[in-house]
Amino acid sequence: MEALLEILGELHPEIDFETHKSLIDDKILDSFDIITIIAEINDEYDVAIPAHEITPENFNSASALYELIERLKDED
Amino acid sequence: MDRQNNILDYLDNIVNICPDKIAYANETDELSFKTVYENSRAIGTFLHNEGKYKEPVVVFMRKHPDTIVAFLGVVYGGCYYVPIDNEMPKHRIELIFQNLKPGAVICDESTIDSIKDFDYKGSVYSYNTIIKTPVNQDALDEIRDKAIDTDPIYIVFTSGSTGKPKGVVACHRSVIDYIETLSEVLEISEDTVFGNQTPLYVDACLKEIYPTLKFGAKTYIIPKELFMFPVKLVEFLNQYKINTVCWVVPALTLISGLGALEKVVPQHLHTIAFGSEVFPIKQFNIWRKTLPNARFINLYGPTEATGMSCYYIVDREFALDEAIPIGRPFKNTEILLLTDDNKLAEKGEQGEICIRGTSLTLGYYNDFERTSEVFVQNPLNTIYPELIYRTGDIGKYNDKGELMFVSRKDYQIKHMGHRIELGEIEMVMNQMDGIQSAACIFDNDKKKIIMYYVGDVTKADAINYCRDKLPRYMVPNLVEKLDVMPLTSNGKINRLALKEMYANR
Repeated sequence: MEALLEILGELHPEIDFETHKSLIDDKILDSFDIITIIAEINDEYDVAIPAHEITPENFNSASALYELIERLKDED
Repeated sequence: MDRQNNILDYLDNIVNICPDKIAYANETDELSFKTVYENSRAIGTFLHNEGKYKEPVVVFMRKHPDTIVAFLGVVYGGCYYVPIDNEMPKHRIELIFQNLKPGAVICDESTIDSIKDFDYKGSVYSYNTIIKTPVNQDALDEIRDKAIDTDPIYIVFTSGSTGKPKGVVACHRSVIDYIETLSEVLEISEDTVFGNQTPLYVDACLKEIYPTLKFGAKTYIIPKELFMFPVKLVEFLNQYKINTVCWVVPALTLISGLGALEKVVPQHLHTIAFGSEVFPIKQFNIWRKTLPNARFINLYGPTEATGMSCYYIVDREFALDEAIPIGRPFKNTEILLLTDDNKLAEKGEQGEICIRGTSLTLGYYNDFERTSEVFVQNPLNTIYPELIYRTGDIGKYNDKGELMFVSRKDYQIKHMGHRIELGEIEMVMNQMDGIQSAACIFDNDKKKIIMYYVGDVTKADAINYCRDKLPRYMVPNLVEKLDVMPLTSNGKINRLALKEMYANR
């Protein structure tokens, strides 16, 4: 989770990702951010996020994103 | 229709044919042709009542069907619209206001507060208020009667290389010329359902706005957020039965590059026009395999020639080391490929792409100096005055006689005694497995080629690939991996941003 918070924090230092739960609904993240996050997660966790998992629900909070990473790791 | 001399003739005509059909919509709101007609005429009347005439009217609204109504309303009022947007950096909007010195801005609820942040003293009008103005038929008739087809319709601002935006002024004549030939090539009809991707503050959205009026077609404005979620984006296309898109290449490669086409197929899509960037063949082939019966059309053209000037309808397979041609000019447009000594380039020889025809815009607003640098006398014509537009793009004809885009003139560099196109290095890199996008800049002082790339490839592998494929003198001296390629508002790779990145490193 630490590494994920660091990835997100570098993109938007002004946001508290531990508490923010509506990153998409509040338009915090844009399409560049999403592509960056997907690439960084791939590097950091060696997890490729498949297209159908790139959804607002999975990217709305750091915890949702972390759950997705854990789930994808288990599926490997 | 009588001989058309005004873009509003499209709307005046279609509103009698299919008044209740939906013209412009998004996921929550929809506007029929009748509503578009009535609201835009109300805005035209309002501007007339306010004494606004033959002047720029800024439309500062969110991306919404109403914004298009505001554009048309400004034209009914005999003025010309200047679209700006909340997404634009504040500094850029200020530069635009300095150039424009506008006397009127139309806002919606999302922008009416932020306009106060700008150093602007003119009138501010609220969209929802002014559409309630009772239409003054006589006034609108008189404005229309006096209008001629070389009067401006809009000003859109493009980036200037010096950082000062340039306002391109387009008139009725050039837009009509463009819409007529574009519609033919794209085979637009009343059955066309567009899915708009491009911002409404660039010329790209002409492709949807005006053919919709000409044919009684329909345009959905796709929410910008969907361009983050490729599967949802395709589902949106399916839900609204969108069959025609004119998108920038990065919007299409977002879908194919993240693997969305393996999950969901755009079921209604039959016409895919693309532009702004070279389409990497690997990504293009994924699209073509997914939609083998669709028409794929490469479009090329500068804002200064209204919209698009050339097209190529894909009719064959392309190998990874090939580029898709930009093809041939639209009807009523001529391309002159001029060499450095202003002669026509021979077959296979490179030359600057210059454009001749009615599609030329009027030039840059309030900037005669920069206008006269690129809107110049046709050097092949020494007999009478005739303007051409010099694009600064380099092209050549291939063996089939198709026009190929080579690079921007400014990416042509001299390095180690060789004339190098940075675009050529980029094209080679884009073929490498795992590379999503590559862009090169040149450090003129240190004579170094710097390559930035996005993809799942190590720097060492990238440079080794270059060594394999390119002559020694074209191999980049410095390679940097990026998470995201910076893009301009037109969806082109932002080379100025890369240069800044390099300077600040």
